[in-house]
Amino acid sequence: MGTKRISFKTNFILTTVFVIGVGFLLLAASHSVGDYWVRIITLMAIYSIMAISYTLVNGVTGIFSLGHAGFIAVGAYTAALLTLPIQQKTMSFFIAPLIWPLNSIQMGFFPATIIAGLVAAFAAFLVGYPSLRVTGDYFAIATLAFAEIIRIVIQNSYSITNGSLGLKGIPPYTNIWWAWGWLLVTIIVIGSLKFSSYGRALRAMSEDTVAAGAMGINVFKHQLMSFVVSGFFAGIGGALYAHWLTTIDPRPTSLGIMLTFFVLIMIVIGGLGSISGAVLGAIFFAFAAQWLRIVESPMNFFGITIPGIPGMSMLIFATVFILIMLFWRRGIMGKDELSWQYIYDHFAKKAGDQD
Amino acid sequence: MSHLAQNLINGTLLGGLYALIAIGYTMVYGILRLINFAHGDILMWGVYFALYMVIALSMPWWLGFIVGIVLAGLLGFSVEKVAYRPLRNAPRISALITAIGISFFLESLAVVVFGGIPKSFNIYPKFFNKIVIFNHLRIQMLTFFILGVTFVLLFGVLWLLYRTKTGTAMRAIATDIPTTSLMGANVDNIISLTFIIGSMLAATSGIMWAMRYPQVQPYMGFVPGLKAFIAAVIGGIGSVPGAVVGGFILGMTEILVVGFFPNLAGYRDVFAYVILIVLLMFRPTGIFTVYSEQKV
Repeated sequence: MGTKRISFKTNFILTTVFVIGVGFLLLAASHSVGDYWVRIITLMAIYSIMAISYTLVNGVTGIFSLGHAGFIAVGAYTAALLTLPIQQKTMSFFIAPLIWPLNSIQMGFFPATIIAGLVAAFAAFLVGYPSLRVTGDYFAIATLAFAEIIRIVIQNSYSITNGSLGLKGIPPYTNIWWAWGWLLVTIIVIGSLKFSSYGRALRAMSEDTVAAGAMGINVFKHQLMSFVVSGFFAGIGGALYAHWLTTIDPRPTSLGIMLTFFVLIMIVIGGLGSISGAVLGAIFFAFAAQWLRIVESPMNFFGITIPGIPGMSMLIFATVFILIMLFWRRGIMGKDELSWQYIYDHFAKKAGDQD
Repeated sequence: MSHLAQNLINGTLLGGLYALIAIGYTMVYGILRLINFAHGDILMWGVYFALYMVIALSMPWWLGFIVGIVLAGLLGFSVEKVAYRPLRNAPRISALITAIGISFFLESLAVVVFGGIPKSFNIYPKFFNKIVIFNHLRIQMLTFFILGVTFVLLFGVLWLLYRTKTGTAMRAIATDIPTTSLMGANVDNIISLTFIIGSMLAATSGIMWAMRYPQVQPYMGFVPGLKAFIAAVIGGIGSVPGAVVGGFILGMTEILVVGFFPNLAGYRDVFAYVILIVLLMFRPTGIFTVYSEQKV
C-alpha cells in the first residue's frame, strides 16, 4: 500500500493552524466554562508537562525511574520560595526563621519558574550521575530511594522549606496561559529532542543498550542528558503545580511516591515513550479524577441515598492501571506520535481496508 | 553500657522484623527477577486480617493472628496467579510496573474496605507489655516473644530451603527454570508456594510490627517493605541467608545511629536509602553474591 508522505511545509502549516486553534479553544473555554473547569484545564497542562518529562526517561530512553516526584518537589519548593511574599515568609516560618538570602527575595513568576527548572535539572544530575551506573530495576529502586531522601530532607529542613508544616499562601500565578504555554515549550523541546540524532540514539539504547554502545553511542552520557532534561521540565511542572495548588507540603501523598504513581498511570495509559500519548494520558487522568469524584460523594437514586465511598476513585484508577498492564500494554499511542502523517496513514489504511 | 545493650536488643528486634519481610522479596526476586512491590501491602493486609478476625469474629488473639497470616498467604498466592503469572514472559519492566500497580491497588482497596484512618492494634494480651528488669536493662515481654518467633521462623525457612526436597526445587528454579521443569519439578506450584511462604512471613512480621508500634493504616506496608527490600539488596538479592544478615545489619544500623545521635532521628529513614545507594554504586551484588553482572 503506497502511502503519501506529507511534506514538511504542509506539516508546518497544519501544526501552526492546530496550535492557533487550540489557543482559540482555550480562550473560548476560559470565558465560558467557569472558574472550576478552567482550573481543571490548567491542571491538564501541568500534568501533561510532568508526564512528557517522565516519558522521556521511562519511555523514550527506556530506563525506568521512580524518582520523578522528587524533581517535581524540588521545582515546586524552589519556585514557591522565590515568589512567596516576604511578609508571608515571616508569618509561615515560626519554628525556625528562613535563612538568608531566601528571606529577602521575592521575584516574578517567570524567572522563578526558570530557576526552579534549573535547580531540578541540577538535582537530576546529582541523582542520575550515581544511579545510572546501575541498570534495570536497581535503577528504579535507586531513584525511588533518592526521591524519598529529597522528601525527607524537605520534611526536616525547617529553616529552608518550613519542614512538615509546608508552605502556604503561594501566589496563584499559574493560569491557563502559563500552563499551556509551558506545555507548548515542553512539547517543542522534548519533541525535537526525540527526533534529533540524540533522540535516535536514545531510542536505539532503549531497544538494546549493548548494541547501541557497540555502535559508538556513549550510553551513560546520553542517558544522563535525557535524565537532566527530564528533571528540568519536571521542575517547571512542579513550579506551575505549586502556584496552582498555592499550598505544598512534603507528605508522601502530596509530593511523594503517590505523585510518581499518578504520572506513571498517565504515561502507561498514553503509551510509554509517546509524547502525544503522555498528553492524552494526562488529560484523561485529570478529567477522570474529577469525574470519579461522583463515586466518592453521596448519590441520590430515586430517593435512595447511597453514601460516598472515600478512596473509591483511587481504587478504580488502580484497577484500570492493572488491566491496561495485563491486556493493553501498548496504551493509547504505543511508542508512536500523533502526527499528521500518523492520522493520514490511519485513514488511508481505513480506506484501503474498505476496497 | 546499658544504653548500648538496650540499643543492641532493639536493633536485633527491628532487624529480625526486616529479615522476615526481606526473605519474601529475595525468594521472589531469585526466581522471577521481579521486585514484588506489593509485598509490603500484603503485609498490611495480613495485619488487617488478624485485627478483624479478633475484633469482628471475636477469635482468641493467637487464632486470629494465625488465620490472618494464612489469609495473607492466600492473598500472595492470588496476586501471583492473577497478575504476575500472565506476565512471566513479558519484558521485566512491564512486570515491575504491574507490581507497582498491584501495590497501589491493595493500598486503595484497604482504604475503601477498612478506611484511611489509622486503627489501634491493641488486641494482644496485656501480658506482653510487662517489663522484666535484668540488671538495669528494661525488657518488655513482647521483645522475647518477637525474638523467639523471628528466630524459630528464620531457622524454619532455612531448614525448608536447604534440608527438604521442596526447598531444593525452589533453589533449583532460582538457578534455571527450564532445566528444573525437565527434572520433574512443577514450576508453577513451586512459584506459588514461594509466594505463599513469603507472604506469610511478611504478615507475621507485620503483625509483630503492629504489636510493637500498635497502629494499623493502609500505607503502613510501604516503608517496612522498601527497607526490607534494601536489606535483601545488602545481603545479596536472591540469597535467603543474605536477606537475614542484611535485615539485621539494617535494623542494627538504624537503631544505633538514632540511639547515639538522637538529633538525627528525623532522618532515620534516610540511612537505609543512603546505604542502598552507596552499596549499589560499589557492590551491587551485596554480601552474598548470587547474581554477578550480566555479561553479553
